[in-house]
Amino acid sequence: MAIFPETIALIGVNHKTAPLELRERLACSAGYEPPLAALSSLSSLREYYLLSTCNRVEIAFVSAGVQRARTDILSTLFAPGVTAKELEPHVYQYEQEAAIEHLFQVAASLDSMVVGEAQILGQMKDAYRAAAKAGGTGLILNRLLHKSFSVAKRVRTETRIGASAVSISYAAVELGRKIFGDLAGKRALLIGAGEMAELAAEHLLNNGVASVVVANRTLERAVNLARRFKGTAVSLAELQEQLRHVDVIISSTGATELILRKEDVRSVMRSRRNRPLFFIDIAVPRDLDPAINELDNVYLYDIDDLQNVVELNRADRDREAVKAGRIISEEVLKFERWLENMASTPTIIQLRGLMENIVRVEVEKTAGRIGAVGEAQQEALEKMAQAIAGKMLYHPLQYLKAENHCVDLEERIHTVRSIFELDDTPPAAAQPGENSHA
Amino acid sequence: MSFLLFQTSLALYLLATAAYLVFFFSEKAQIRKNARLLFVLAFALHSVTIIVRYFEAGHTPITTRHETISFFAWSLGCGYLSFCWRYEVKNLGAFVSLLVLTLMTMAAFASREIVSLSPLLQSGWLPAHASLSILAYGFFALAGIGGLMYLLQERTIKRKRFGLFYSRLPSLETLDKLNHHCLSVGFPLLTLGMITGSLWAKQALGSYWHWDPKETWTLITWLLYAGLIHQRFTVGWRGRQAAWLSIAALVVALFTYWGVSVFFAGYHGNFS
Repeated sequence: MAIFPETIALIGVNHKTAPLELRERLACSAGYEPPLAALSSLSSLREYYLLSTCNRVEIAFVSAGVQRARTDILSTLFAPGVTAKELEPHVYQYEQEAAIEHLFQVAASLDSMVVGEAQILGQMKDAYRAAAKAGGTGLILNRLLHKSFSVAKRVRTETRIGASAVSISYAAVELGRKIFGDLAGKRALLIGAGEMAELAAEHLLNNGVASVVVANRTLERAVNLARRFKGTAVSLAELQEQLRHVDVIISSTGATELILRKEDVRSVMRSRRNRPLFFIDIAVPRDLDPAINELDNVYLYDIDDLQNVVELNRADRDREAVKAGRIISEEVLKFERWLENMASTPTIIQLRGLMENIVRVEVEKTAGRIGAVGEAQQEALEKMAQAIAGKMLYHPLQYLKAENHCVDLEERIHTVRSIFELDDTPPAAAQPGENSHA
Repeated sequence: MSFLLFQTSLALYLLATAAYLVFFFSEKAQIRKNARLLFVLAFALHSVTIIVRYFEAGHTPITTRHETISFFAWSLGCGYLSFCWRYEVKNLGAFVSLLVLTLMTMAAFASREIVSLSPLLQSGWLPAHASLSILAYGFFALAGIGGLMYLLQERTIKRKRFGLFYSRLPSLETLDKLNHHCLSVGFPLLTLGMITGSLWAKQALGSYWHWDPKETWTLITWLLYAGLIHQRFTVGWRGRQAAWLSIAALVVALFTYWGVSVFFAGYHGNFS
């Protein structure tokens, strides 16, 4: 007997399993609506949620047939761009507690490229909001995602994993120091205005960078951002001119094609008198031509490259990660207990329904035998029957609900169901005649 | 006396090199401090050695093979300390001390006999010409070491493979500054060395320039460095190009310094 026939599962790709080039093609650059609409058309999914960041694309779902759901998702979601066959070797899949654990880890930023960076939580909240709006989340995913947000918060407050928040921007500063020696007096250029770029800019400013120039497609946003950093705003058309004056460039636009090519940079180097340029491309898909790195005195790093830098000072954070792992295991256990109780809920409802039916039928019978009864008497009769039923039900329900019981929950549910013959009778429409002997 | 002093400074250089190497691998700040102290001590003692030898020989001790190599090592140390005094260059000491130690060992194996000066060399120009030229080569050698370190670090950052060197080598900017520093000190020194040599030749041999092989090769070296400096200051050549050219120029310079005497005859030929 399947007491809880549906499985929580999670499939996806991340920076560890798939190369940047593939992730670029998977990224939902058009927002969450189209892919969520595609997911909603799949009958194999009962609940679903989709997260797409530059480092990962993940789908958590609740389904009765995980394998079928997986095939459906892989073949429809990324259909024209990436085929299921191409994707297959890069996809990881988790079920039940492994899926829950993974989701908690992602939220707590333990699975991030830069462990401990805080952006992922915001990204997950956005993804959840979109999925909830599209009607993808239900009882289980709502609870699971809310829980993962609170787990993330707990990890952040109880470990130093966020305090040593070594993020992309940290790696950028580190590398900048190796190239420029000192960041004091250097200028930074932000192309595009994303959260990650803002963080990086802030980090650079804290480490001595003299000024920030913001270039954006919409000038208004550039102006706002520039005001925050006390910098200047320029339009994208002025990019090449700006390259003469700045030293560090952080690019994170949502553009689908390259915005700077090797030739654009080469021509600038002459007028810069070969002063080094350091490009950081945190956009997916890429903004900057990878060939830029081939130029002398020009260094280009994309997200994957930055990971290697961060890898260097990993040992400290690993210790905190162990602590965080323990918190997560605890929370996974708690959530599982909740899920188990969820499993007993249908039985409890059914049992109550059964009792109500009996009470109703018996009260009617008795009332019929006595003859005409007043409303008050009828009420008293009902109350008595309900009280008896309630008292009778008390122990079986307690037996089902109790935690830390020495008998496995599944077995307990089974026992109760067979005693009350719940599986033989259609729950809501029990016939009075059949029930009278119960 | 100078023999004993030389041995002691050699031993100190050995200790300094060992300490620098330990620091290179362990990256413990305390060891670096000790290494620096040892190096400065060795350098001071080395200076005393040269002065004592000056009195023992009765002339500037830059004529025999032992003396020139020892003075070359001293010049390198001089260049290193002059840069360290102003800038922080992580682990440059390990590279420099290793080269200084090698040179000092070479000097130790060369004949240490004091040779009396031939009449041609008995001139007030000798200390000026020889010391200026060798000092220039010391700075060029330092530029070459800086170039090598630059290329190693640049390769790491470009190829994004962070191995042994990334955290241990200084920033590219610092290494480029080192190149700049060494060239802008070494080049005037070489020029002065050539002028004093030329004046000396006029006085001793009658004309300023003889197209002696050493002179020709020095001119080639000078032109190379002049070209490098010109490119640096006008077009802004820096980084990898400058590093490669510094190394290439150093090879030519070393050939001028030692190779020419081996392969060509000339009046410079008697003393390395």
